[in-house]
Amino acid sequence: MSQPQMRRAIESGVPDNKPFLHPLLAKNYGHWKYHDRPRPGVLHHVAHSGDEVWTVRAGTQRQMDVHTIRRLCDIADTYAEGHVRFTIRSNIEFMVSAAAKVAPLISALEDGGFPVGGTGNSVAMIAHTQGWLHCDIPGTDASGAVKALMDELIDEFRSEQMPNRVHLSTSCCEINCGGQADIAIIVQHTKPPKINHDLVANVCERPAVVARCPVAAIRPALVNGKPSLEVDEKKCICCGACYPPCPPMQINDPEHSKLAIWVGGKNSNARAKPTFMKMVAAGLPNHPPRWPEVAAVVKTILHAYKQDARPWERMSDWIDRIGWPRFFERTDLPFTRYLIDDWRGARANLNASTHIRF
Amino acid sequence: MAKAMYPTPMLDQLESGPWPSFVTGLKRLAQDKDYVVDLLGQLEHSYRTRKGYWKGGTVGVFGYGGGVIPRFTEAKDERNQPLFPAAAEFHTLRVMPPAGMHYDTAVLRKMADIWEQHGSGLIAFHGQSGDIMFQGATTENVQPAFDAINELGFDLGGAGPAVRTSMSCVGAARCEQSCYDEGSAHRAVVNSFLDDIHRPSLPYKFKFKFSGCPNDCMNSIQRADMAVIGTWRDNIRTDEALARRWFAKHGMNELVNDVVARCPTKAIQLKEVRELRAGGTVSAVAVSDSHGLAIENSDCVRCMHCINVMTGALAPGADKGATILVGGKRTLKIGDLMGTVVVPFMKLASDEDRARLVELGQQIIDFFAENALEHERTGEMIERIGLVNFLDALGIEVDPNMVAAPRTNPYVRMDGWDEEVAKIAARKAAAA
Ligand code: HEM
Ligand code: SF4
Ligand code: SF4
Ligand code: SF4
Ligand code: SF4
Repeated sequence: MSQPQMRRAIESGVPDNKPFLHPLLAKNYGHWKYHDRPRPGVLHHVAHSGDEVWTVRAGTQRQMDVHTIRRLCDIADTYAEGHVRFTIRSNIEFMVSAAAKVAPLISALEDGGFPVGGTGNSVAMIAHTQGWLHCDIPGTDASGAVKALMDELIDEFRSEQMPNRVHLSTSCCEINCGGQADIAIIVQHTKPPKINHDLVANVCERPAVVARCPVAAIRPALVNGKPSLEVDEKKCICCGACYPPCPPMQINDPEHSKLAIWVGGKNSNARAKPTFMKMVAAGLPNHPPRWPEVAAVVKTILHAYKQDARPWERMSDWIDRIGWPRFFERTDLPFTRYLIDDWRGARANLNASTHIRF
Repeated sequence: MAKAMYPTPMLDQLESGPWPSFVTGLKRLAQDKDYVVDLLGQLEHSYRTRKGYWKGGTVGVFGYGGGVIPRFTEAKDERNQPLFPAAAEFHTLRVMPPAGMHYDTAVLRKMADIWEQHGSGLIAFHGQSGDIMFQGATTENVQPAFDAINELGFDLGGAGPAVRTSMSCVGAARCEQSCYDEGSAHRAVVNSFLDDIHRPSLPYKFKFKFSGCPNDCMNSIQRADMAVIGTWRDNIRTDEALARRWFAKHGMNELVNDVVARCPTKAIQLKEVRELRAGGTVSAVAVSDSHGLAIENSDCVRCMHCINVMTGALAPGADKGATILVGGKRTLKIGDLMGTVVVPFMKLASDEDRARLVELGQQIIDFFAENALEHERTGEMIERIGLVNFLDALGIEVDPNMVAAPRTNPYVRMDGWDEEVAKIAARKAAAA
């Protein structure tokens, strides 16, 4: 019998973006002069040639059904000029060549359920991950948590009233695919993995799993006569790194997988050098479908920042100015012993000075 | 018409509220597809039990070793039968987007048609690595779906220990801060490593990211093994008309508090117009008939702040290029690492410049492939072996731009010190 002919892949790689560019973007490629923002959600770019282009930015659910995609295409064809792009935070942008097209486009988007905003000093759409919908190791959901939170933050998405831009992210395990952010919500496991010893020998490459553990808490062991793995539960920091290579080491727990909140991550080089975010709250319940306890803490932090930060201070700049004691005071979050770093390089996070604000 | 829906009281609560709802979208798909009816059933089951129910496996397309994320259900009954059989296989295709994530509606509509035919109808624009994620296809449908996407001119991205899908900012296409052609660099580099994307065989993942300026909209410094971040060497450019317009709108307090005082290296000074002089390393621009700004460019660290606030009035210089940083990554296993400077400046204006960037990427990946331990990222490898050994392997000379400060401890063997000093002296003499 002859094998069915398999189609060979065309290894075309990253496609050329030139055919997809809005004509004005293609024409003025590399020759932009400045931009301003006529209103929240709208960017107005001016090229050295004098050409102008208006961009309208709208939020999406990122996980889009084809009907939503077609609806966005209909809006792009009717009210814009057939070209769109997506931002890193899953917003969609429509480019138009005339100021007069902006208002009807905004109405069409808002009427279609796509909030216009996310520009300048707003709370941007939350960078997020896969969660229960599609990942194989998640402690919580991603799309649902983001939907719930954006419902609450939508006024800040639609306006530009923050001291500087605010980036949020969520991550459904400690690997943190969502990335660094001004405020990040990340699963924090609080109990060591529960091991299904019947499966380990078959499913896991044991030496590789042992090597994965950052604190060397895992060792090979015979359990009920079967080769398996053992965890020194006193040593274990519940990071979950052993779980992806060895699913029988179940780290996720409906009760004990909690959520933690981190603040002050900044990737931009503007003003201070880029910073990593710091953990400021933990122990929040994993509470679908709307995670109200998480939303409350995020809103408290945002509120304090909005009240207190000066213009152009990002979350990290603000905390640099007011100091951590006042951050915990203003947000009424408990500063517990667990927030003092003891991982490698921890001394760099201690106060090696008499700089103290009274 | 598909089969009846399962009750989804928890997910239903995610249909209310003003933000677009993915649940509403899934329910619309479920009107036509049993596949999505069962997906919603399993997701509600996750919400109720607060557990995930997917496991990985091996599924791929002909000729490639990666790019498909296999998902098989683990939500099973006592007899080990799937609780939601129609969605028992729900694989994702990671597809590389065009640089800058630009599309026209024709191509988006074709993608939607393909995924309606072969998949669940659920597409994410985009994953955190930048992929278009076509989510939800059965094992049987993965190949035909890929064939159709591939015929449309798109290709699979990376997964596993491979070069991963990359991202570049909107940059030159629509941003005045752009310091190089991000799209061309992105394509030149990533398309040189297609074998390492499609056939995973590195110690671990390797990510490139491309940002046109130090604002780093692609978050490359914290996430990319090799971050290409635009910058410039000459003086900040100025435009008096736009500077005056900015000042007329914002006034002296904002100029002082938000621009001058926020420069991290105090490179900016407020001056009376009669003392204002551009030239040498100083940029100067009047903002009114009485006052202006003077920027000492040799003190400026190209942070972008003043340019962001007074866009157009101030602009990156004309001698543009990029800084290359290596080793950024998230937590596992030794903690977060930022990328650090390996090449302070390189031009990226021509095809030859881009070929040099590709060559540097190749050297780094080759070294990584040979020297990293299994499951070790470049940042961890460099931490283990030391930056100097890494630079030696690349044939790159040390440069004080690579450090925040020289060493603060004496624990080092200095055998080669005199030779190094002599080498530097000889280089200086040759250059003089
Ligand atoms: C079973 C394991 C894993 C799954 C299913 C998974 C899934 C994903 C997915 C779906 C994305 C977005 C991908 C895209 O844009 O196409 C992603 C990104 C990411 N993953 Fe994973 N991941 C896994 C393991 C890991 C591990 C072990 C690490 C780190 C040690 C990691 C770190 C990241 C990071 C940092 C990102 C963000 C990427 C970026 O910004 O470039 N992941 N992951
Ligand atoms: S953060 Fe963790 S659980 Fe969530 S998508 Fe990434 S790897 Fe999966
Ligand atoms: S959870 Fe982390 S610390 Fe605990 S055993 Fe697993 S890898 Fe080690
Ligand atoms: S990184 Fe710089 S050049 Fe690129 S889009 Fe952001 S601001 Fe513009
Ligand atoms: S770009 Fe240069 S001059 Fe402007 S604020 Fe930053 S360091 Fe100062």
